Amino acid sequence: MLKIENLHVRIAGKDILRGLSLEVKAGEVHAIMGPNGAGKSTLGNVLAGREGYEVIEGSIHYEGRDLLELEPEERAAAGVFLAFQYPVEIPGVNNTYFLRAALNAQRRRRGESELDSMQFLKRVREKLAVLHLKDELLHRAVNEGFSGGEKKRNEIFQMALLEPKLAILDETDSGLDIDALKMVADGVNAMRDPARAFIVITHYQRLLEYIVPDYVHVLADGRIVESGDKSLALKLEEHGYSWIAERKLAGAA
Amino acid sequence: MATGFLEPLLAAASSSAVAGGDWLAGVRERALRQLERDGLPGPRSEAWKYSSLRALGQRRFEPGDAAAATRNVDAGLLELAGVDAPRLVFVNGSFRADLSRLPSLPGVQLRTLSQELQEDPDRLRGFLDRPHADAADAFARLNTVLAADGPVIRVAAGSVVEPLVHLVNVGASASVDLAWQLRGIVEVGEGASLRLVEHHVGEAGHEHLGNSFSQIVLRAGARLDLLQVQDSPESANLVRRTEASLESDAHLELRSIEAGARWMRHDLAVELSGDRSRFVSRGVFALHGRQHADTRLDVRHTARDTSCDIVWRGVADQRSRGIFHGAIVVAAGADGADAQLSNKNLLLSDQAEINTQPVLEIHADEVKAAHGATVGQLDERALFYLRSRGLSRAEARSLLTLAFCRVAFDSITNAALREHIDAMMLERLPIREDETGQEPASP
Repeated sequence: MLKIENLHVRIAGKDILRGLSLEVKAGEVHAIMGPNGAGKSTLGNVLAGREGYEVIEGSIHYEGRDLLELEPEERAAAGVFLAFQYPVEIPGVNNTYFLRAALNAQRRRRGESELDSMQFLKRVREKLAVLHLKDELLHRAVNEGFSGGEKKRNEIFQMALLEPKLAILDETDSGLDIDALKMVADGVNAMRDPARAFIVITHYQRLLEYIVPDYVHVLADGRIVESGDKSLALKLEEHGYSWIAERKLAGAA
Repeated sequence: MATGFLEPLLAAASSSAVAGGDWLAGVRERALRQLERDGLPGPRSEAWKYSSLRALGQRRFEPGDAAAATRNVDAGLLELAGVDAPRLVFVNGSFRADLSRLPSLPGVQLRTLSQELQEDPDRLRGFLDRPHADAADAFARLNTVLAADGPVIRVAAGSVVEPLVHLVNVGASASVDLAWQLRGIVEVGEGASLRLVEHHVGEAGHEHLGNSFSQIVLRAGARLDLLQVQDSPESANLVRRTEASLESDAHLELRSIEAGARWMRHDLAVELSGDRSRFVSRGVFALHGRQHADTRLDVRHTARDTSCDIVWRGVADQRSRGIFHGAIVVAAGADGADAQLSNKNLLLSDQAEINTQPVLEIHADEVKAAHGATVGQLDERALFYLRSRGLSRAEARSLLTLAFCRVAFDSITNAALREHIDAMMLERLPIREDETGQEPASP
């Protein structure tokens, strides 16, 4: 589904990703772990198409298409979804209006019929129940005045509603208490499907107790330096990220 | 400055008979002489610094519309969602009884200037006999010389007028470009209240100059909720002046939406002349193409414990130009005044221009005042957020721009009316077509 090869990315003259390669197949859950500043969020932003990220080398193919050629909205319609680390507050734009506009924009782009308000609301009710979100959030402006936990759950709610094929969760667990973390994990697990893949970017192992990954990768200095199964996350938790660096040094010596 | 613009208009004034008695003839004569002497404000006029009258001054407009009474007007133009009660319609400056609805309402008189000039002109003297000594007030003078019609609304003391009263000013196409005048008068009696919509519309393509001057007096404890919707075609020229004077404990709640016209100027002068009187306003202009809109606010606190709360937004895209001048003056002795003004603007194009000028002049003690103005661009983070969910760049820009404008009308409680304005603004917002040629989302 997704193939990233030797990706080099520069932001404001600074090299952040330096030769990252990653392959994700449908149905898989990949966790990307790593210390602060390793380039984890850069990866999520580049996949979603944020401006200001200069790809100087390498390629990203998604379902056989050159992802870097697509505008953010085209990626969304093709099934790429980024749950933001810092969801943006948009005063004056009603959450329901926004979600329906987004869903129908994607459907139009895919040549599908738009949902009328009855069909849309039915879908909303189903998804809200899964995430234990209050109806009231729908009537407010997008993320405006939401608590940190509500913003993150709103991201997962949007994901549930938009039903992407490839979902990237950028530190969705940060700032969540254990109850909210479980709700987020429930939301993700309910969507696990042989046709859908997840990239879960996180700093801590904790989330991975609830969203059990098929693969764990360690991102350091702009590259994936170690890959393994879920046990790698536990080792990291135990030894810290310096353990990776030391192992690399030992290997080089 | 003798101009091609004034000549035919003043010539018409000199030759027309005036109803209303000697005092009115004198008032018009005075304004006429002032205009002949001063002409239109020139490049050195501070009040017209950003709105040059040079191009307009060289154009010729026919004075008034002889056929105003019989012009066909598309009935759809007059409609406003959520508003279906009393309606006074003026076409090219003349009252049209056939298009109006004037039910008999207790406590309120819905009349016209032409009617009142015939029947009881002296009641108008307090409104029409004004000096307009400042040469910058050329359009007020012109209005005084030529205006023959307009709405006259009086609410009796203590009356609460339930239905929303709808005033419609229509610019209708004609074979020549017209300069039409309208003079409106609203007087809300002691403790009375009124809700009013002033609605400017027109047939697409006409290039008339409308000159609409409204005078509002709120007696002690009176309240007026005034919504001004300027939805003229983008070929029209429109000069508006709204003057309000508030006696003690009076409250004026103004919402002002400027969306139409090619060239427009609005002077809004409010005097808080009674103790504890209050003026609250929310306004917005949203411009594109080569539209030019100049909004000039002038709020004077001349009594004790008065307050104003003003929030104005401006949007300019493409090659449009928006001007906001917000002046608040607290006179000596007007202690306890509370004056708040905020003006935020959005520039959507490198070729667009916005000039904002907040002015605060305080001559009293014990005053609370704050004002601020900003000019910015759309938030890139918000744009990306919306696009990452599937909205095109154009849709995302429209949605964010509309959200920015909503401050001016999101507190309208009439849902149908609020949604109508929302749709009207979205329609007027410049960035409509998607890069893929698709229509924008309409959930």
